[in-house]
Amino acid sequence: MVTSPPSVVVVTGVSRFLGASVAARLAADPRIDRVVGLDPHDPPARLLGLLDGVERIRADARAATEAIAELGAEAVVHLAVTSVPDPAHGGRAGMKEHNVIGTMQVLAAAQGAPNLRKLVVRSSTAAYGASFRDPAVFTEDTEPRAVPRGPFARDILDIEGYVRGFRRRRPEVAATVLRFAPMISSSAETSLTRYFSQPVVPTVLGRDARLQFVHVDDALEVLHRSVIEDHPGTFNVAGSGVLMLSQAVRRAGRIAVPLPETGLSTAAALVRRLGVEQIGLDQIDLFVHGRVVDTSRLIREFGFTPRTTAIAFEEFIQSHAEGSSLTADRLAAAERAILDGIRQVRAAAGGDH
Amino acid sequence: MSQDEFRDMLPGTAEFRLPEAPPPKKLNGRRPIPEKPDEQVAKLESTAGPEPDAIDVWDRRVADGLAFLRRRLAGAYEVDEFGFDPELTEAVFHPMLRVLYRDWFRTEVFGTENVPGHGPGLVVGNHSGTLALDALMLTVALRENHRHLRLLGADLVFRVPGMSELARAAGATVACNPDAERLMTNDQLVGVFPEGFKGIGKKFSDRYKLQRFGRGGFVSAALRTGTPIVPVAIVGAEEIYPILADLKPLARLLGVPYFPVTPTFPVLGPLGLIPLPSKWLIEFCPPIPTAHLTEYADDPLVVYNLADQVRETIQATLHELLQKRPDPFAR
Repeated sequence: MVTSPPSVVVVTGVSRFLGASVAARLAADPRIDRVVGLDPHDPPARLLGLLDGVERIRADARAATEAIAELGAEAVVHLAVTSVPDPAHGGRAGMKEHNVIGTMQVLAAAQGAPNLRKLVVRSSTAAYGASFRDPAVFTEDTEPRAVPRGPFARDILDIEGYVRGFRRRRPEVAATVLRFAPMISSSAETSLTRYFSQPVVPTVLGRDARLQFVHVDDALEVLHRSVIEDHPGTFNVAGSGVLMLSQAVRRAGRIAVPLPETGLSTAAALVRRLGVEQIGLDQIDLFVHGRVVDTSRLIREFGFTPRTTAIAFEEFIQSHAEGSSLTADRLAAAERAILDGIRQVRAAAGGDH
Repeated sequence: MSQDEFRDMLPGTAEFRLPEAPPPKKLNGRRPIPEKPDEQVAKLESTAGPEPDAIDVWDRRVADGLAFLRRRLAGAYEVDEFGFDPELTEAVFHPMLRVLYRDWFRTEVFGTENVPGHGPGLVVGNHSGTLALDALMLTVALRENHRHLRLLGADLVFRVPGMSELARAAGATVACNPDAERLMTNDQLVGVFPEGFKGIGKKFSDRYKLQRFGRGGFVSAALRTGTPIVPVAIVGAEEIYPILADLKPLARLLGVPYFPVTPTFPVLGPLGLIPLPSKWLIEFCPPIPTAHLTEYADDPLVVYNLADQVRETIQATLHELLQKRPDPFAR
């Protein structure tokens, strides 16, 4: 079902990479008349170039209520969801305020907007929680079996709860919830890309998580399509295929340091002095349980197949080559050297008698 | 063909010995052409230079081993969405388990023709033996038959660090209907032991008595996907660690379903982990088709009756196999 694209689109969270990129893509689309970016913070200088064609309103979510109604928004794209506490914006308390209270207010505003036809919300595959009884592959209908420990995952569950409430109250609005796997690309900076670009990578002892990534460009394409086309419902967005955490670390040419799960946060704080960044409960949950989703619904409904996890990760490795130690080339060279060495020794030994 | 190669081609006949070659006979007073080169000839050859064949074999082995190591270290291998790592399984797990399978337990297999050669199947077996070695031996038996068995394991297996990852790499996943159905729709051969801990943790005096089959969740998974059910009876696992007593308070303390006392454990400490060398027999029974029952997946009566049919088939086959093997530690 494809209806006419909305003429006025409000994008929240444009002070961050994803929000700014989506706003820029929508502004460049001639089918959309007006793109308004909503964010309580000013975007950093490196994102300003992206936001040329986007009207920006610097307002927190409370003020947004009026803004969304006054602008006559036909679509709201809610991307103001942060995955890691930012010490500059109030740490974990600020993150919860931003994620949960922010979503509540944006959805309240959307509910009151008379012209609204479309709502797109960024969610995460963290919505499936983390439990040892989980199935290996999550479909969109899988219910979380245990409340996750990570703050981001709990925020995601709250956010999806609000979207369910919104759907009940405004059933005529096409609400799309996109559950993204961790995003990765050559340029984007996320907590996971920072994690993989360290020379030494802490992992959980005795655990090897199954991971999936989605390329940022594919995530943008899916977000773009969900604004232009009508795709109500919840969708997993991830690259097909699986990389084990150890495998990803090896492909990136990094060295894994397995640490016991109990007190991993403390241990991570200790090794942070060595240049290794903190990993939070969200990462620990991910690294203990792994997270793989089924994307057949996305592929069927959107007619779009994101590039595979392996390809997305390969692109990331290409651009983050510095800091790697055990690269495939070096290993291949070592293999040849050892093989030649053994052949020479054998030839010498064989020549003796 | 060497004896080992010949034996590999005949799964389930571990005892089989290649007949000795007849002694060379003199024909017309002349010696026949010798199969093996004489010592003199061998000497001549060795002075002419090292045997090219032997060198190549070792060179290839070293090169293969190094290439394998390099692939592992560089992460250049494929893992499926359940975490199954076919390369690691083929190169490391199976050769180790095969020693146990062939030389320690002298396993014989019957009815391999009942296992579908391709396409989905649900293999349902009896569970016994304190540690789930029967699941591993069943995997080897099917691997000899060119199928990978995808086991469904208790969530306890996936709680324990280290073990969880070994299990996933070897192709196992958590026993739940979504995973079972997903594997079967992907044309995999799925292995399940519905008795669970009731089966492996039972006392030696209850050996070869099938325990309750739970709610028959495995049957509804098979019905929903129209997958044939292959009952399998495994004899031999009951004797590897005979449970004489179960220290329940200690088990509760450790958070495990049972704490076994066997003749060797915990008295001999880690030595008690060596399984007793019982003789193993595995028999696959004729498959039970379910394609015509797909709409009954939620009918408790159909599910229960089918589970009962599977259970009785396994129990009857166990009795037959036990008659074939009067002495548990026979050759």
